Amino acid sequence: MSSAIKLDELRKSFGPTEIIRGVNLDIKKGERHAIIGPNGAGKSTLFHLISGRYNLSGGHVSLNGEEISNLPPYEIYRKGLSRSFQVTNIFPILSVFENVRCSLMWSEDYKYSFWHLVDRERKLNDRAAEVLEEIGLTSRQHVPAGVLTYAEQRALEIGLAAAGGADVIMLDEPTAGMSHSETDQAIELIRRITVGKTLVMVEHDMGVVFDLADRISVLVYGEIIATDTPENIRNNKAVQEAYLGVEAEHA
Amino acid sequence: MSDIAKVQNAVMSASFLKRFGPWLLLALGLIVLPFFFSSNIAVYTMNLMGIFIIFALSYNMLLGQGGMLSFGHAVYFGLGGFMSVHFMNYIEADIFVVPVVIVPIFGGLIGLLFAVIVGSFSTRRAGTVFAMISLGIGELIASCSLIFVAFFGGEEGISADRTMGPEVMGVDFAQDIEVYYLIAVWAFITIALMYLFSRTPMGRMANAVRDNDERIEFIGYSQRKVRFISFCASGFFAGIAGGLFAINFEIVTEENLNALTSGVVLLMAYIGGVGFFVGPIVGAVVFTLLQTLLSNYTEIWQLYVGVLFVSTVMYAPQGLTGLIAMHIPAFKMKRLRVLAVPYVRAGIPTLLLLAGISGFLETIHHVRSAAVGETTMSLLGIEFDTHTIMPWIIIAVLVVVGGYLTKTQMPQLREAWDEANAPLKSDEGGAS
Repeated sequence: MSSAIKLDELRKSFGPTEIIRGVNLDIKKGERHAIIGPNGAGKSTLFHLISGRYNLSGGHVSLNGEEISNLPPYEIYRKGLSRSFQVTNIFPILSVFENVRCSLMWSEDYKYSFWHLVDRERKLNDRAAEVLEEIGLTSRQHVPAGVLTYAEQRALEIGLAAAGGADVIMLDEPTAGMSHSETDQAIELIRRITVGKTLVMVEHDMGVVFDLADRISVLVYGEIIATDTPENIRNNKAVQEAYLGVEAEHA
Repeated sequence: MSDIAKVQNAVMSASFLKRFGPWLLLALGLIVLPFFFSSNIAVYTMNLMGIFIIFALSYNMLLGQGGMLSFGHAVYFGLGGFMSVHFMNYIEADIFVVPVVIVPIFGGLIGLLFAVIVGSFSTRRAGTVFAMISLGIGELIASCSLIFVAFFGGEEGISADRTMGPEVMGVDFAQDIEVYYLIAVWAFITIALMYLFSRTPMGRMANAVRDNDERIEFIGYSQRKVRFISFCASGFFAGIAGGLFAINFEIVTEENLNALTSGVVLLMAYIGGVGFFVGPIVGAVVFTLLQTLLSNYTEIWQLYVGVLFVSTVMYAPQGLTGLIAMHIPAFKMKRLRVLAVPYVRAGIPTLLLLAGISGFLETIHHVRSAAVGETTMSLLGIEFDTHTIMPWIIIAVLVVVGGYLTKTQMPQLREAWDEANAPLKSDEGGAS
């Protein structure tokens, strides 16, 4: 199977501090891939590097075999990679419906059009209604997104990332701060929207990770120490030491 | 069957009214206004209003809809005005003959041209950077106007004669009322276009950029390009307003593109309410009224406009339109009556307080600026001597009593407000 995302010796420094220290990773098309690691390991930074929010200090990123290193985020999005954010990042004054509609605009090929009237575009509006139905926010579509509850905002966050039909979806801690039942709903949602797509997610909740992921990568201090199936990761000695805080015994 | 058809027809006509009703009303209003207000000063005021409405709406494409705070929007207004004045002179000199009616288009085009140039580097970021660049460009163009005298005419500006163009339907624009209808037609067209712009994908993305310029890049849009396009459209409409200004006054000077005018348009948009499409229209109307009417009564009208602006920023950031919009929920629940008495009870002392304050300001102003030895002044038809103690006592009593009563009336107003806006019982029960 060919790779969706391929990272080659990826590096990122902030001043003298190197946060990402040579990451190599090959994420296959159609797999659900989780990235785990202790706090401060650089998981979110890695996401920002892949999605174009940060510029690379070194190395290469390719998407579906095409080099995307240091492209602006919107170029990367147009090539088929979409992401959500750990800290909710929506359009707070726009209505929920408008949020979703905006996230569909590019993929429905409106570009910077000022010769269409959005309310007249039936296909666009139907599609927005579908997405709202999918993320369970139909009844809340007319309120400003800023007044949604936390869990609803998280659902919208995922919806914005998934709506445009990108074939690689990256979710940064989609269930952070959610209650048990909300987490279960979120998992269901993620499962539904990523059918036939590639999913990359950062997640702290091991239950979610082992439930969803086909493969797991463990990032520790800017390096990937293991990439394997959930079963093997669970039994991996190095991972247990690094991730679960068990002291390594040096000879 | 026929019943269903009837119902459908009713629904159709209802939505037709809803969609086009406001526009028909606007058109009708623009047509009949001069029949009610036909004096010279009224037509003068309405002409200025029309121009400022277009200008303020174009400004709000930046501030309210695109999240860009500009301190130099008069540049595009003024340049549009200068271009139009030159065009009127070309017409007069038979160099390039078009009807005066379409001259504002050329004003718009020059506004657009300069917006393209300035926007190409100023729209990279919003916020402070954008504001500072707009301020700098504003100063730059304003100082250019005293350097490039051939185009800007130096301190006396450029003047022209609007009556020299080929007549359209026998109208030569010698009368102000003819210019009124010209401005009205242009205002209608540009208001409609700016409204429609806000309903396009581009208009929606401008709102999205305002809300969160980071996230927009992760749904496929370049924040810079979105801002750039808004900026260009805004410059175009400002230029049209400038063109109409040139036709109306037949003179354009440096004052029309300097920081003062840029400040005025910010004031109008903000006082009216930047969060609403109609906000700047309200702001332009109120500002023009203050400027033309209040200035007849008092020399310090600008002070009042300033106070109005500051209190809008502090107490009603949604502007005058926002104050009206606040009452919509109560209106829908048919509870506005609850507020009537409390408003009167709080309003009367507030008026006393305001009368006291403005009396104080007016009297102080008179004492400081009147001719030596002239001590009598007249306020609201009451003549008094500013060098006696009585007027000051009255002012003090008005301020103290008005202020105290206003303060004591506030709790009952707040209570009434809460009562008027409390959710309906049926809502609490979950039924619709």
